Amino acid sequence: MPDETSTTDAVIHARGLKKCFGEFTAVDGVDFDVAPGEAFGFLGPNGAGKTSTMRMIGCVSPVTAGTLTVFGLDPAHDGARIRSRLGVVPQADTLDNELSVLENLLVYGRYFGLPWSESRRRATELLDFVQLTDRAKDQVEPLSGGMKRRLVIARALINEPALLLLDEPTTGLDPQARHLLWDRLYRLKQRGVTLCLTTHYMDEAEQLCDRLVVMDKAKIVAGGSPRQLIEQYVTREVLELRFNRGEGETDDGAHLDGQLDGLADRIEQLPDRLLVYTADGDATAAAAFERGLRPASILVRRSTLEDVFLRLTGRSLVE
Amino acid sequence: MLALRLSVPSTLTRPTRMVERNLLVYRRTFMVIFSGFFEPLFYLFSMGFGVGALVGAVQLENGSTVAYAVFVAPALLASSAMNGAIYETSNNFFFKLKYAKLYDAIIATPMSLRDVARGEILWALLRGSLYVVGFLVVIAVLGIAGLGLISSPLGILAFPAAMVVGFAFAGAGMAATTFVRKWQDFDFLQLAIMPMFLFSGTFYPISAYPPALQVFVQCTPLYRGVHLIRALTTGNPDVWIAVDVAYLMAMGLIGLWIVGKRLNKLLLA
Repeated sequence: MPDETSTTDAVIHARGLKKCFGEFTAVDGVDFDVAPGEAFGFLGPNGAGKTSTMRMIGCVSPVTAGTLTVFGLDPAHDGARIRSRLGVVPQADTLDNELSVLENLLVYGRYFGLPWSESRRRATELLDFVQLTDRAKDQVEPLSGGMKRRLVIARALINEPALLLLDEPTTGLDPQARHLLWDRLYRLKQRGVTLCLTTHYMDEAEQLCDRLVVMDKAKIVAGGSPRQLIEQYVTREVLELRFNRGEGETDDGAHLDGQLDGLADRIEQLPDRLLVYTADGDATAAAAFERGLRPASILVRRSTLEDVFLRLTGRSLVE
Repeated sequence: MLALRLSVPSTLTRPTRMVERNLLVYRRTFMVIFSGFFEPLFYLFSMGFGVGALVGAVQLENGSTVAYAVFVAPALLASSAMNGAIYETSNNFFFKLKYAKLYDAIIATPMSLRDVARGEILWALLRGSLYVVGFLVVIAVLGIAGLGLISSPLGILAFPAAMVVGFAFAGAGMAATTFVRKWQDFDFLQLAIMPMFLFSGTFYPISAYPPALQVFVQCTPLYRGVHLIRALTTGNPDVWIAVDVAYLMAMGLIGLWIVGKRLNKLLLA
Protein backbone atom coordinates (compact mmCIF):
# COMPACT_ATOMS: atom_id res chain seq x y z
CA MET A 1 0.00 0.00 0.00
CA PRO A 2 1.26 3.51 -0.73
CA ASP A 3 2.86 5.44 2.07
CA GLU A 4 2.28 9.12 2.70
CA THR A 5 5.89 10.14 2.05
CA SER A 6 5.67 9.36 -1.66
CA THR A 7 2.98 11.96 -2.34
CA THR A 8 5.21 14.91 -3.19
CA ASP A 9 6.75 13.57 -6.39
CA ALA A 10 4.01 11.11 -7.30
CA VAL A 11 2.82 11.26 -10.91
CA ILE A 12 -0.63 10.16 -9.77
CA HIS A 13 -1.83 10.63 -6.23
CA ALA A 14 -5.25 9.40 -5.07
CA ARG A 15 -6.81 9.39 -1.62
CA GLY A 16 -10.35 8.27 -0.91
CA LEU A 17 -11.04 8.57 -4.64
CA LYS A 18 -14.67 7.92 -5.44
CA LYS A 19 -16.82 7.75 -8.59
CA CYS A 20 -20.57 7.37 -8.57
CA PHE A 21 -23.01 7.16 -11.47
CA GLY A 22 -26.30 8.05 -9.83
CA GLU A 23 -26.91 5.39 -7.18
CA PHE A 24 -24.16 3.13 -8.49
CA THR A 25 -20.69 3.40 -6.95
CA ALA A 26 -18.08 2.44 -9.54
CA VAL A 27 -15.02 3.38 -7.48
CA ASP A 28 -15.37 3.40 -3.71
CA GLY A 29 -12.67 5.37 -1.94
CA VAL A 30 -9.39 4.05 -3.33
CA ASP A 31 -5.89 5.17 -2.27
CA PHE A 32 -2.81 4.78 -4.46
CA ASP A 33 0.30 6.59 -5.67
CA VAL A 34 2.19 6.09 -8.89
CA ALA A 35 5.87 7.07 -8.85
CA PRO A 36 7.73 8.52 -11.86
CA GLY A 37 9.09 5.82 -14.20
CA GLU A 38 7.03 3.12 -12.58
CA ALA A 39 4.78 0.58 -14.30
CA PHE A 40 1.67 0.47 -12.19
CA GLY A 41 -1.27 -1.85 -12.74
CA PHE A 42 -4.88 -2.25 -11.75
CA LEU A 43 -5.74 -5.95 -11.76
CA GLY A 44 -9.33 -7.01 -11.47
CA PRO A 45 -12.32 -8.55 -13.20
CA ASN A 46 -14.68 -6.63 -15.50
CA GLY A 47 -16.77 -4.16 -13.54
CA ALA A 48 -14.25 -3.78 -10.70
CA GLY A 49 -13.91 -0.03 -11.31
CA LYS A 50 -10.63 -0.03 -13.25
CA THR A 51 -11.86 1.86 -16.30
CA SER A 52 -13.70 4.44 -14.19
CA THR A 53 -10.46 5.08 -12.27
CA MET A 54 -8.52 5.45 -15.53
CA ARG A 55 -11.06 7.88 -16.94
CA MET A 56 -10.76 10.07 -13.86
CA ILE A 57 -6.96 10.06 -14.20
CA GLY A 58 -7.37 10.94 -17.89
CA CYS A 59 -9.48 13.99 -16.92
CA VAL A 60 -12.49 12.83 -18.95
CA SER A 61 -14.64 11.87 -15.97
CA PRO A 62 -15.25 14.20 -13.03
CA VAL A 63 -14.19 12.97 -9.57
CA THR A 64 -17.22 12.41 -7.32
CA ALA A 65 -15.31 12.64 -4.03
CA GLY A 66 -11.81 12.34 -2.59
CA THR A 67 -8.46 13.65 -3.79
CA LEU A 68 -6.84 13.08 -7.17
CA THR A 69 -3.82 14.86 -8.58
CA VAL A 70 -1.96 14.07 -11.80
CA PHE A 71 1.49 15.69 -12.18
CA GLY A 72 0.52 17.50 -8.98
CA LEU A 73 -2.39 19.21 -10.80
CA ASP A 74 -6.13 18.98 -10.17
CA PRO A 75 -8.06 17.39 -13.09
CA ALA A 76 -11.08 19.59 -12.35
CA HIS A 77 -9.15 22.80 -13.03
CA ASP A 78 -6.11 21.85 -15.08
CA GLY A 79 -7.58 19.13 -17.29
CA ALA A 80 -6.14 20.53 -20.52
CA ARG A 81 -2.67 20.99 -19.00
CA ILE A 82 -2.67 17.46 -17.61
CA ARG A 83 -3.93 15.95 -20.87
CA SER A 84 -1.20 17.73 -22.82
CA ARG A 85 1.30 15.47 -21.01
CA LEU A 86 -0.78 12.28 -21.05
CA GLY A 87 -0.95 9.47 -23.56
CA VAL A 88 -4.21 7.50 -23.50
CA VAL A 89 -4.83 4.04 -24.95
CA PRO A 90 -8.54 3.39 -24.44
CA GLN A 91 -10.11 -0.03 -24.18
CA ALA A 92 -12.04 0.36 -27.44
CA ASP A 93 -10.07 1.52 -30.48
CA THR A 94 -11.16 5.09 -31.17
CA LEU A 95 -9.15 5.54 -34.36
CA ASP A 96 -10.38 7.96 -37.00
CA ASN A 97 -11.62 5.62 -39.74
CA GLU A 98 -12.01 8.47 -42.22
CA LEU A 99 -8.24 9.12 -42.15
CA SER A 100 -5.27 7.01 -43.20
CA VAL A 101 -2.85 5.42 -40.74
CA LEU A 102 -0.34 8.28 -41.05
CA GLU A 103 -3.04 10.97 -41.02
CA ASN A 104 -4.40 9.57 -37.77
CA LEU A 105 -1.09 10.43 -36.12
CA LEU A 106 -0.62 13.76 -37.93
CA VAL A 107 -4.05 15.07 -36.97
CA TYR A 108 -3.68 13.82 -33.40
CA GLY A 109 -0.43 15.74 -33.14
CA ARG A 110 -2.31 18.83 -34.29
CA TYR A 111 -4.89 18.34 -31.52
CA PHE A 112 -1.93 18.65 -29.15
CA GLY A 113 -0.86 21.85 -30.86
CA LEU A 114 2.23 20.46 -32.58
CA PRO A 115 3.34 22.24 -35.76
CA TRP A 116 2.68 20.15 -38.90
CA SER A 117 6.41 19.56 -39.50
CA GLU A 118 7.00 18.32 -35.97
CA SER A 119 3.85 16.21 -36.06
CA ARG A 120 5.05 14.60 -39.30
CA ARG A 121 8.53 13.93 -37.90
CA ARG A 122 7.15 12.24 -34.81
CA ALA A 123 4.47 10.34 -36.75
CA THR A 124 7.09 8.85 -39.07
CA GLU A 125 9.24 7.85 -36.11
CA LEU A 126 6.33 6.32 -34.22
CA LEU A 127 5.11 4.30 -37.20
CA ASP A 128 8.56 2.78 -37.27
CA PHE A 129 8.44 2.13 -33.52
CA VAL A 130 5.15 0.21 -33.79
CA GLN A 131 6.20 -1.47 -37.07
CA LEU A 132 3.48 0.05 -39.24
CA THR A 133 5.63 2.09 -41.64
CA ASP A 134 4.56 0.02 -44.66
CA ARG A 135 0.89 0.65 -43.82
CA ALA A 136 1.27 4.44 -43.50
CA LYS A 137 -0.94 5.28 -46.48
CA ASP A 138 -3.54 2.56 -45.83
CA GLN A 139 -6.98 3.05 -44.41
CA VAL A 140 -7.43 2.10 -40.77
CA GLU A 141 -10.46 -0.16 -41.13
CA PRO A 142 -8.77 -3.23 -42.71
CA LEU A 143 -5.94 -3.35 -40.15
CA SER A 144 -5.86 -6.35 -37.80
CA GLY A 145 -6.75 -5.93 -34.13
CA GLY A 146 -3.10 -6.02 -33.11
CA MET A 147 -2.13 -3.41 -35.71
CA LYS A 148 -4.95 -1.11 -34.65
CA ARG A 149 -3.88 -1.37 -31.03
CA ARG A 150 -0.29 -0.57 -32.00
CA LEU A 151 -1.51 2.43 -33.96
CA VAL A 152 -3.49 3.63 -30.93
CA ILE A 153 -0.32 3.33 -28.86
CA ALA A 154 1.64 5.29 -31.46
CA ARG A 155 -1.10 7.91 -31.43
CA ALA A 156 -0.92 8.11 -27.64
CA LEU A 157 2.82 8.81 -27.90
CA ILE A 158 2.62 11.68 -30.40
CA ASN A 159 2.84 14.31 -27.62
CA GLU A 160 5.80 12.49 -25.99
CA PRO A 161 3.79 11.90 -22.82
CA ALA A 162 5.35 11.54 -19.39
CA LEU A 163 2.54 9.20 -18.39
CA LEU A 164 0.88 6.56 -20.55
CA LEU A 165 -2.56 5.27 -19.52
CA LEU A 166 -3.47 1.87 -20.99
CA ASP A 167 -6.92 0.40 -20.44
CA GLU A 168 -6.74 -3.35 -21.09
CA PRO A 169 -4.12 -2.93 -23.79
CA THR A 170 -4.08 -6.52 -25.03
CA THR A 171 -7.67 -7.69 -24.49
CA GLY A 172 -8.89 -9.51 -27.59
CA LEU A 173 -5.45 -9.91 -29.17
CA ASP A 174 -3.81 -13.19 -30.13
CA PRO A 175 -0.70 -14.32 -28.20
CA GLN A 176 1.76 -13.16 -30.86
CA ALA A 177 0.23 -9.68 -31.03
CA ARG A 178 0.23 -9.47 -27.23
CA HIS A 179 3.92 -10.29 -26.97
CA LEU A 180 4.79 -7.71 -29.62
CA LEU A 181 2.79 -5.11 -27.70
CA TRP A 182 4.37 -6.03 -24.38
CA ASP A 183 7.80 -5.64 -25.96
CA ARG A 184 6.97 -2.09 -27.13
CA LEU A 185 5.58 -1.16 -23.72
CA TYR A 186 8.67 -2.56 -22.04
CA ARG A 187 10.86 -0.36 -24.27
CA LEU A 188 8.81 2.69 -23.33
CA LYS A 189 9.27 1.87 -19.69
CA GLN A 190 13.01 1.67 -20.22
CA ARG A 191 12.90 5.14 -21.73
CA GLY A 192 11.43 6.40 -18.47
CA VAL A 193 7.77 6.71 -19.44
CA THR A 194 5.49 6.07 -16.48
CA LEU A 195 2.97 3.36 -17.34
CA CYS A 196 -0.41 2.96 -15.71
CA LEU A 197 -2.49 0.09 -16.98
CA THR A 198 -5.52 -2.00 -16.22
CA THR A 199 -5.79 -5.66 -17.03
CA HIS A 200 -7.67 -8.77 -16.12
CA TYR A 201 -4.83 -10.97 -17.33
CA MET A 202 -2.51 -12.00 -14.52
CA ASP A 203 0.29 -12.84 -16.96
CA GLU A 204 0.11 -9.31 -18.34
CA ALA A 205 0.27 -7.84 -14.85
CA GLU A 206 3.26 -10.07 -14.02
CA GLN A 207 5.03 -9.20 -17.28
CA LEU A 208 4.60 -5.46 -17.16
CA CYS A 209 3.92 -4.18 -13.66
CA ASP A 210 6.48 -3.21 -11.03
CA ARG A 211 3.63 -2.73 -8.64
CA LEU A 212 -0.06 -3.34 -8.81
CA VAL A 213 -3.26 -3.13 -6.86
CA VAL A 214 -5.97 -5.76 -6.97
CA MET A 215 -9.42 -4.25 -7.44
CA ASP A 216 -12.70 -5.96 -6.72
CA LYS A 217 -16.19 -4.50 -6.40
CA ALA A 218 -15.02 -0.86 -6.59
CA LYS A 219 -12.38 -1.28 -3.87
CA ILE A 220 -8.66 -2.01 -3.70
CA VAL A 221 -8.29 -5.29 -1.84
CA ALA A 222 -4.48 -5.70 -1.94
CA GLY A 223 -1.37 -4.05 -3.32
CA GLY A 224 2.34 -4.64 -3.89
CA SER A 225 4.73 -6.13 -6.40
CA PRO A 226 3.58 -9.35 -8.11
CA ARG A 227 6.14 -11.31 -6.10
CA GLN A 228 5.11 -9.69 -2.81
CA LEU A 229 1.46 -10.44 -3.46
CA ILE A 230 2.16 -14.09 -4.22
CA GLU A 231 4.35 -14.46 -1.14
CA GLN A 232 1.85 -12.75 1.07
CA TYR A 233 -1.36 -14.41 -0.05
CA VAL A 234 -0.50 -17.82 -1.51
CA THR A 235 2.13 -20.56 -1.33
CA ARG A 236 4.99 -20.88 -3.77
CA GLU A 237 3.47 -23.77 -5.69
CA VAL A 238 0.08 -25.16 -6.56
CA LEU A 239 -0.85 -28.77 -7.10
CA GLU A 240 -3.79 -29.10 -9.45
CA LEU A 241 -5.72 -32.35 -9.15
CA ARG A 242 -8.50 -33.56 -11.42
CA PHE A 243 -10.68 -36.55 -10.63
CA ASN A 244 -12.92 -38.42 -13.03
CA ARG A 245 -16.42 -37.74 -11.83
CA GLY A 246 -19.78 -38.67 -13.25
CA GLU A 247 -21.42 -36.55 -15.92
CA GLY A 248 -22.67 -33.24 -14.58
CA GLU A 249 -21.15 -33.71 -11.14
CA THR A 250 -18.91 -31.03 -9.74
CA ASP A 251 -15.84 -31.78 -7.74
CA ASP A 252 -16.76 -30.61 -4.27
CA GLY A 253 -13.94 -32.62 -2.74
CA ALA A 254 -16.37 -34.58 -0.53
CA HIS A 255 -15.23 -37.90 -1.97
CA LEU A 256 -11.71 -37.21 -0.71
CA ASP A 257 -12.97 -37.79 2.79
CA GLY A 258 -10.29 -35.60 4.30
CA GLN A 259 -7.42 -37.53 2.69
CA LEU A 260 -5.52 -34.34 1.95
CA ASP A 261 -5.77 -33.07 5.54
CA GLY A 262 -2.46 -31.78 6.80
CA LEU A 263 -0.80 -31.94 3.40
CA ALA A 264 -1.63 -28.44 2.20
CA ASP A 265 -1.80 -24.84 3.46
CA ARG A 266 -5.12 -24.35 1.74
CA ILE A 267 -7.35 -26.11 -0.76
CA GLU A 268 -9.57 -24.34 -3.32
CA GLN A 269 -12.40 -26.24 -4.98
CA LEU A 270 -13.08 -25.22 -8.56
CA PRO A 271 -15.86 -26.79 -10.65
CA ASP A 272 -13.41 -28.95 -12.59
CA ARG A 273 -10.42 -29.34 -10.29
CA LEU A 274 -8.88 -28.96 -6.87
CA LEU A 275 -6.11 -26.42 -6.21
CA VAL A 276 -3.82 -27.55 -3.43
CA TYR A 277 -1.59 -24.73 -2.16
CA THR A 278 1.73 -26.00 -0.88
CA ALA A 279 5.41 -25.06 -0.71
CA ASP A 280 6.48 -28.19 -2.57
CA GLY A 281 4.00 -29.49 -5.11
CA ASP A 282 5.85 -32.69 -6.02
CA ALA A 283 6.23 -33.74 -2.39
CA THR A 284 2.54 -33.10 -1.73
CA ALA A 285 1.57 -35.05 -4.84
CA ALA A 286 3.68 -37.99 -3.70
CA ALA A 287 2.18 -37.84 -0.21
CA ALA A 288 -1.34 -37.79 -1.63
CA PHE A 289 -0.49 -40.80 -3.81
CA GLU A 290 0.79 -42.66 -0.73
CA ARG A 291 -2.50 -42.02 1.00
CA GLY A 292 -4.21 -43.80 -1.84
CA LEU A 293 -5.51 -40.88 -3.92
CA ARG A 294 -5.66 -41.64 -7.65
CA PRO A 295 -6.48 -38.40 -9.49
CA ALA A 296 -7.02 -38.51 -13.27
CA SER A 297 -4.42 -35.81 -13.77
CA ILE A 298 -1.80 -34.06 -11.66
CA LEU A 299 -0.18 -30.71 -12.45
CA VAL A 300 2.36 -28.87 -10.36
CA ARG A 301 2.87 -25.19 -11.18
CA ARG A 302 4.09 -21.95 -9.63
CA SER A 303 1.51 -19.73 -8.00
CA THR A 304 0.33 -16.74 -10.04
CA LEU A 305 -1.66 -13.58 -9.44
CA GLU A 306 -4.70 -15.59 -10.50
CA ASP A 307 -4.27 -17.59 -7.30
CA VAL A 308 -3.86 -14.36 -5.33
CA PHE A 309 -7.09 -13.07 -6.78
CA LEU A 310 -8.89 -16.34 -6.03
CA ARG A 311 -7.66 -16.17 -2.46
CA LEU A 312 -8.71 -12.54 -2.01
CA THR A 313 -12.13 -12.68 -3.62
CA GLY A 314 -13.07 -16.34 -3.84
CA ARG A 315 -13.57 -15.88 -7.58
CA SER A 316 -11.54 -16.32 -10.77
CA LEU A 317 -10.36 -13.28 -12.73
CA VAL A 318 -11.61 -14.36 -16.13
CA GLU A 319 -14.99 -16.03 -15.82
CA MET B 1 8.56 17.76 -12.87
CA LEU B 2 5.80 20.26 -13.32
CA ALA B 3 7.42 22.15 -16.17
CA LEU B 4 5.22 21.91 -19.24
CA ARG B 5 7.07 21.18 -22.44
CA LEU B 6 4.07 21.76 -24.63
CA SER B 7 2.32 25.06 -24.26
CA VAL B 8 -1.44 24.60 -24.25
CA PRO B 9 -2.82 26.02 -27.50
CA SER B 10 -5.10 28.99 -27.13
CA THR B 11 -8.86 28.77 -27.28
CA LEU B 12 -8.80 30.61 -30.58
CA THR B 13 -6.53 28.28 -32.51
CA ARG B 14 -7.81 24.97 -31.15
CA PRO B 15 -11.15 24.92 -33.01
CA THR B 16 -9.29 25.22 -36.32
CA ARG B 17 -7.65 21.83 -35.69
CA MET B 18 -11.10 20.33 -36.11
CA VAL B 19 -11.38 22.10 -39.47
CA GLU B 20 -7.99 20.72 -40.51
CA ARG B 21 -9.13 17.20 -39.72
CA ASN B 22 -12.29 17.63 -41.80
CA LEU B 23 -10.33 19.12 -44.69
CA LEU B 24 -8.08 16.05 -44.75
CA VAL B 25 -11.14 13.81 -44.89
CA TYR B 26 -12.86 15.81 -47.63
CA ARG B 27 -9.69 16.13 -49.68
CA ARG B 28 -10.48 12.63 -50.91
CA THR B 29 -14.22 13.04 -51.40
CA PHE B 30 -14.40 16.59 -52.62
CA MET B 31 -17.04 15.82 -55.25
CA VAL B 32 -19.61 15.18 -52.50
CA ILE B 33 -19.52 18.87 -51.69
CA PHE B 34 -20.54 19.88 -55.19
CA SER B 35 -23.97 18.25 -54.95
CA GLY B 36 -24.99 20.98 -52.51
CA PHE B 37 -23.88 23.61 -54.99
CA PHE B 38 -26.19 22.57 -57.84
CA GLU B 39 -29.41 22.25 -55.86
CA PRO B 40 -30.12 26.00 -55.43
CA LEU B 41 -29.05 26.59 -59.04
CA PHE B 42 -31.61 24.12 -60.34
CA TYR B 43 -34.25 25.87 -58.25
CA LEU B 44 -33.13 29.24 -59.60
CA PHE B 45 -33.50 28.14 -63.21
CA SER B 46 -36.75 26.20 -62.79
CA MET B 47 -38.54 28.56 -60.41
CA GLY B 48 -36.81 31.88 -61.03
CA PHE B 49 -36.72 31.83 -64.79
CA GLY B 50 -39.18 29.02 -65.65
CA VAL B 51 -42.09 29.81 -63.35
CA GLY B 52 -40.95 33.44 -63.35
CA ALA B 53 -41.80 33.72 -67.07
CA LEU B 54 -45.45 32.97 -66.16
CA VAL B 55 -45.54 35.07 -62.98
CA GLY B 56 -43.93 38.22 -64.28
CA ALA B 57 -43.30 40.88 -61.62
CA VAL B 58 -43.71 40.61 -57.86
CA GLN B 59 -44.49 43.43 -55.45
CA LEU B 60 -42.05 43.87 -52.54
CA GLU B 61 -43.10 44.97 -49.04
CA ASN B 62 -42.22 48.58 -49.76
CA GLY B 63 -44.47 48.59 -52.80
CA SER B 64 -41.83 48.46 -55.54
CA THR B 65 -42.01 45.66 -58.09
CA VAL B 66 -39.21 43.39 -59.26
CA ALA B 67 -38.88 40.49 -61.69
CA TYR B 68 -39.78 37.11 -60.14
CA ALA B 69 -36.20 35.81 -60.48
CA VAL B 70 -34.93 38.85 -58.57
CA PHE B 71 -37.46 38.03 -55.85
CA VAL B 72 -36.58 34.35 -55.62
CA ALA B 73 -32.75 34.48 -55.93
CA PRO B 74 -32.02 35.90 -52.40
CA ALA B 75 -34.46 33.42 -50.84
CA LEU B 76 -32.65 30.54 -52.54
CA LEU B 77 -29.37 31.91 -51.23
CA ALA B 78 -30.73 31.92 -47.67
CA SER B 79 -32.18 28.40 -48.11
CA SER B 80 -28.88 27.17 -49.49
CA ALA B 81 -27.02 28.53 -46.45
CA MET B 82 -29.57 26.82 -44.21
CA ASN B 83 -29.36 23.48 -46.00
CA GLY B 84 -25.57 23.46 -46.04
CA ALA B 85 -25.42 24.13 -42.30
CA ILE B 86 -28.10 21.57 -41.47
CA TYR B 87 -26.57 18.88 -43.65
CA GLU B 88 -23.19 19.12 -41.94
CA THR B 89 -24.51 19.43 -38.39
CA SER B 90 -27.17 16.71 -38.57
CA ASN B 91 -26.15 13.46 -40.26
CA ASN B 92 -22.41 14.10 -40.42
CA PHE B 93 -22.14 15.36 -36.85
CA PHE B 94 -24.34 12.52 -35.55
CA PHE B 95 -22.18 9.93 -37.26
CA LYS B 96 -19.00 11.34 -35.74
CA LEU B 97 -20.61 11.64 -32.31
CA LYS B 98 -22.36 8.28 -32.01
CA TYR B 99 -20.71 5.87 -34.41
CA ALA B 100 -17.19 7.01 -35.26
CA LYS B 101 -16.57 7.95 -31.59
CA LEU B 102 -14.39 10.70 -33.02
CA TYR B 103 -14.81 13.06 -30.09
CA ASP B 104 -14.10 10.36 -27.50
CA ALA B 105 -10.56 10.25 -28.87
CA ILE B 106 -10.23 14.02 -29.12
CA ILE B 107 -11.15 14.76 -25.50
CA ALA B 108 -8.07 12.81 -24.39
CA THR B 109 -6.04 15.70 -25.87
CA PRO B 110 -5.92 19.33 -24.65
CA MET B 111 -8.90 20.03 -26.94
CA SER B 112 -12.09 20.72 -24.98
CA LEU B 113 -15.62 19.89 -26.11
CA ARG B 114 -16.19 23.61 -26.53
CA ASP B 115 -13.28 23.63 -29.00
CA VAL B 116 -14.86 20.67 -30.79
CA ALA B 117 -18.25 22.41 -31.00
CA ARG B 118 -16.74 25.66 -32.27
CA GLY B 119 -14.55 23.83 -34.75
CA GLU B 120 -17.40 21.80 -36.19
CA ILE B 121 -19.58 24.91 -36.56
CA LEU B 122 -16.70 26.74 -38.20
CA TRP B 123 -16.34 23.82 -40.61
CA ALA B 124 -20.08 23.80 -41.37
CA LEU B 125 -19.84 27.53 -42.14
CA LEU B 126 -16.80 27.11 -44.37
CA ARG B 127 -18.50 24.34 -46.27
CA GLY B 128 -21.67 26.39 -46.53
CA SER B 129 -19.66 29.39 -47.75
CA LEU B 130 -18.58 27.34 -50.77
CA TYR B 131 -22.22 27.00 -51.84
CA VAL B 132 -22.92 30.64 -51.16
CA VAL B 133 -19.91 31.83 -53.13
CA GLY B 134 -20.76 29.45 -55.98
CA PHE B 135 -24.32 30.73 -56.09
CA LEU B 136 -23.18 34.37 -55.98
CA VAL B 137 -20.72 33.74 -58.81
CA VAL B 138 -23.50 32.32 -60.99
CA ILE B 139 -25.67 35.35 -60.19
CA ALA B 140 -22.77 37.67 -61.09
CA VAL B 141 -22.27 35.86 -64.40
CA LEU B 142 -26.00 36.14 -65.16
CA GLY B 143 -25.72 39.84 -64.31
CA ILE B 144 -22.99 40.28 -66.89
CA ALA B 145 -25.24 38.43 -69.34
CA GLY B 146 -27.92 41.05 -68.75
CA LEU B 147 -30.09 39.02 -66.35
CA GLY B 148 -29.40 41.23 -63.30
CA LEU B 149 -30.59 39.48 -60.13
CA ILE B 150 -28.95 41.86 -57.68
CA SER B 151 -30.24 45.39 -58.06
CA SER B 152 -28.25 47.15 -55.32
CA PRO B 153 -24.61 47.66 -54.32
CA LEU B 154 -25.74 46.49 -50.89
CA GLY B 155 -25.90 43.07 -52.55
CA ILE B 156 -22.22 42.67 -51.71
CA LEU B 157 -23.38 42.20 -48.11
CA ALA B 158 -25.37 39.14 -49.19
CA PHE B 159 -22.30 36.99 -48.51
CA PRO B 160 -21.79 37.89 -44.83
CA ALA B 161 -25.58 37.84 -44.41
CA ALA B 162 -25.71 34.28 -45.75
CA MET B 163 -22.94 33.35 -43.31
CA VAL B 164 -25.06 34.67 -40.45
CA VAL B 165 -27.95 32.49 -41.67
CA GLY B 166 -25.57 29.53 -41.84
CA PHE B 167 -24.33 30.19 -38.30
CA ALA B 168 -27.88 30.30 -36.92
CA PHE B 169 -28.85 26.96 -38.48
CA ALA B 170 -25.49 25.31 -37.75
CA GLY B 171 -25.79 26.15 -34.04
CA ALA B 172 -29.43 25.14 -33.80
CA GLY B 173 -28.99 22.03 -35.97
CA MET B 174 -26.02 20.82 -33.95
CA ALA B 175 -27.88 21.42 -30.69
CA ALA B 176 -30.85 19.43 -32.01
CA THR B 177 -28.55 16.60 -33.11
CA THR B 178 -27.18 16.17 -29.59
CA PHE B 179 -30.68 15.04 -28.58
CA VAL B 180 -31.04 12.57 -31.46
CA ARG B 181 -30.93 8.90 -30.49
CA LYS B 182 -31.41 7.11 -33.80
CA TRP B 183 -31.27 7.92 -37.50
CA GLN B 184 -35.08 7.94 -37.85
CA ASP B 185 -35.25 10.95 -35.52
CA PHE B 186 -33.86 13.07 -38.35
CA ASP B 187 -37.23 12.73 -40.10
CA PHE B 188 -38.54 15.18 -37.51
CA LEU B 189 -35.79 17.61 -38.45
CA GLN B 190 -36.86 17.39 -42.10
CA LEU B 191 -40.41 18.02 -40.94
CA ALA B 192 -39.21 21.41 -39.68
CA ILE B 193 -36.85 22.24 -42.56
CA MET B 194 -39.10 21.41 -45.51
CA PRO B 195 -42.05 23.68 -44.59
CA MET B 196 -39.65 26.50 -43.75
CA PHE B 197 -38.10 26.18 -47.20
CA LEU B 198 -41.51 26.27 -48.91
CA PHE B 199 -43.47 28.77 -46.83
CA SER B 200 -41.02 31.40 -45.48
CA GLY B 201 -41.71 33.96 -48.17
CA THR B 202 -39.30 32.01 -50.32
CA PHE B 203 -41.38 31.62 -53.49
CA TYR B 204 -44.11 34.22 -52.90
CA PRO B 205 -44.64 37.21 -50.55
CA ILE B 206 -46.18 36.33 -47.19
CA SER B 207 -48.91 38.91 -47.85
CA ALA B 208 -50.67 35.87 -49.35
CA TYR B 209 -51.34 34.66 -45.75
CA PRO B 210 -53.99 35.90 -43.30
CA PRO B 211 -52.47 38.40 -40.78
CA ALA B 212 -52.15 35.94 -37.88
CA LEU B 213 -50.26 33.45 -40.03
CA GLN B 214 -48.05 36.26 -41.35
CA VAL B 215 -46.93 37.05 -37.78
CA PHE B 216 -46.22 33.38 -37.17
CA VAL B 217 -44.10 33.07 -40.33
CA GLN B 218 -42.23 36.24 -39.44
CA CYS B 219 -41.12 34.55 -36.22
CA THR B 220 -39.46 31.62 -38.03
CA PRO B 221 -35.70 31.75 -38.63
CA LEU B 222 -35.63 31.15 -42.37
CA TYR B 223 -38.07 34.02 -42.90
CA ARG B 224 -35.64 36.32 -41.05
CA GLY B 225 -32.80 35.08 -43.24
CA VAL B 226 -34.77 35.52 -46.46
CA HIS B 227 -35.90 38.98 -45.36
CA LEU B 228 -32.33 40.02 -44.52
CA ILE B 229 -30.74 38.87 -47.77
CA ARG B 230 -33.62 40.08 -49.94
CA ALA B 231 -33.47 43.54 -48.33
CA LEU B 232 -29.78 43.70 -49.27
CA THR B 233 -29.92 42.36 -52.85
CA THR B 234 -32.96 44.46 -53.79
CA GLY B 235 -31.59 47.56 -52.03
CA ASN B 236 -34.48 47.94 -49.56
CA PRO B 237 -32.86 47.86 -46.11
CA ASP B 238 -35.23 48.69 -43.27
CA VAL B 239 -34.85 48.64 -39.49
CA TRP B 240 -36.02 45.05 -39.47
CA ILE B 241 -32.68 43.82 -40.82
CA ALA B 242 -31.20 44.65 -37.40
CA VAL B 243 -33.81 42.33 -35.90
CA ASP B 244 -32.89 39.68 -38.49
CA VAL B 245 -29.21 39.78 -37.60
CA ALA B 246 -29.86 39.84 -33.84
CA TYR B 247 -32.35 36.95 -34.11
CA LEU B 248 -30.03 34.77 -36.21
CA MET B 249 -26.89 35.49 -34.17
CA ALA B 250 -28.77 34.72 -30.93
CA MET B 251 -30.06 31.48 -32.43
CA GLY B 252 -26.54 30.38 -33.37
CA LEU B 253 -25.00 31.37 -30.04
CA ILE B 254 -27.70 29.71 -27.94
CA GLY B 255 -27.32 26.60 -30.10
CA LEU B 256 -23.57 26.60 -29.52
CA TRP B 257 -24.08 26.99 -25.79
CA ILE B 258 -26.50 24.04 -25.72
CA VAL B 259 -24.05 21.94 -27.75
CA GLY B 260 -21.29 22.59 -25.20
CA LYS B 261 -23.56 21.57 -22.33
CA ARG B 262 -24.90 18.50 -24.08
CA LEU B 263 -21.52 17.21 -25.25
CA ASN B 264 -20.19 17.52 -21.71
CA LYS B 265 -23.12 15.47 -20.47
CA LEU B 266 -22.79 12.87 -23.24
CA LEU B 267 -19.02 12.41 -23.31
CA LEU B 268 -17.66 13.43 -19.90
CA ALA B 269 -19.58 11.03 -17.66
